[in-house]
Amino acid sequence: MSTAPDVVVTGLGATTPLGGDVDTTWAAALAGESGAKTFENDWVEKYGIPVHFAAQIKVQPADVLTRPETKRMDPSAQYAIIATREAWADAGSPQVDPERLGAVVSSGIGGIWTTLDAWDTLQERGARRVLPMTVPMLMPNSPVAYVELEIGARAGAHALVSACASGAEAIGYGIEMIRSGRADVVVAGGTEAAMHPMPVAAFAASRTLSLNNDDPAGASRPYDVKRDGFVLGEGAGIVVLESAEHAAARGATVYARLAGVGLSSDAYHLTSPDPEGTGQVAAMRRAVEDAGVSARDVVHLNAHATSTKVGDLTEAASVRTLFGGEADHVTLSATKSMTGHLLGGAGALETIFTIKALADRKAPPTINVTEPDPALDLDLVRDTPRDLPGGDIAALNNSFGFGGHNVALLATTV
Amino acid sequence: MAATEQEVLAGLAEIVSEETGLPTDAVLPEKSFTDDLDIDSLSMMTIVTHAEDKFDVRIPDDDVKNLTTVGDAVSYITKAQG
Repeated sequence: MSTAPDVVVTGLGATTPLGGDVDTTWAAALAGESGAKTFENDWVEKYGIPVHFAAQIKVQPADVLTRPETKRMDPSAQYAIIATREAWADAGSPQVDPERLGAVVSSGIGGIWTTLDAWDTLQERGARRVLPMTVPMLMPNSPVAYVELEIGARAGAHALVSACASGAEAIGYGIEMIRSGRADVVVAGGTEAAMHPMPVAAFAASRTLSLNNDDPAGASRPYDVKRDGFVLGEGAGIVVLESAEHAAARGATVYARLAGVGLSSDAYHLTSPDPEGTGQVAAMRRAVEDAGVSARDVVHLNAHATSTKVGDLTEAASVRTLFGGEADHVTLSATKSMTGHLLGGAGALETIFTIKALADRKAPPTINVTEPDPALDLDLVRDTPRDLPGGDIAALNNSFGFGGHNVALLATTV
Repeated sequence: MAATEQEVLAGLAEIVSEETGLPTDAVLPEKSFTDDLDIDSLSMMTIVTHAEDKFDVRIPDDDVKNLTTVGDAVSYITKAQG
């Protein structure tokens, strides 16, 4: 009887508010840096936007891509391509049968800059000035289409959308593509470029953004008593997934094994998490069971933890519900305290953080927690990184999205 | 004031360069948009949109298909400025 192939990670790529690649981003995260800054634009005075800051991309795509590339891709696709090139090179630019090579890259929002720029053009200058590339740039599958073209993937290119869980869900689907025998290698991840005044105003209208305008770097503070909402981020994270056999045959360096995928949906409320955490517990349980590890093996969790009043504690309670006493051995990191919330890119970037944490045996810090919420009963890594134990260990990454989407990915050392 | 053929060529070369990444001095009158410059239909329509804007002319779709070379486009735009 054949069993599903093991899936390992052989390449990482990212462009984030902390840096233009994985090494810079990870070093900044271990150093506890914040990517949040006050806007250097006129959005606040021009539109009356109550939020005056965000975690914007650190390295501008125009510094990395050619001029035609920046003109033909929405920023969401630009970030995805930058991260893909890094991840692919990091994997050793492998020679892969195109029919056995897949791509899964998601965005939670889609090509909103392109959409709104075209709308402005239409209103101000008429239909004749709307650019012919508008539709292929705004479609939500545009980033994955560019990635598919970049690497020459013919096993399938997919863009699953589940709001802030999109990036993690894309990686989960990539894992399934390899397990089901459709592909040997899949480039997977998430991207987001919604740093436009309209979505900033809309998130502000939903009262989910922090209004800590006096202290942007201190605004994202998951589990702190003074947390008042998330900080909008942007960027992309991409991983190269590979069957263990394919990776071994070419002598690839392996960061970690992605051993468990857990998916669930709340069927509770459009935007609020189920206070019982039923769906979150189910997603984590499925990931742990899928990986075939025991609760005691799980020593680290990169939490979804966006710095909202309700969401952070619901997730922490779900972890306790699932793991019981074993939750005491789980070091908890909330890296959105540094990166802000990359929406569709978040789950992918945080999967990269989870993989790096296992590979380096270092849990990244959670910054800005000056007074932990007394209701939090988990071991939060604060201010400085924490060493993870030796031996075979496992870590979870949680990603939850508007719509009640829950994704838990479980990684192990190799 | 209407631009000269020379000015139209220079302006068009800038537009083509932005769209394709080719250096402006590769955009010569005898070059074919499709065969020499590897410009697909979507890029061609993008170039037309920018050219209409830059030179304040109207290039109907039926006329675009007759613009085989860069020189064809330069002549067309120069005349259309009228």
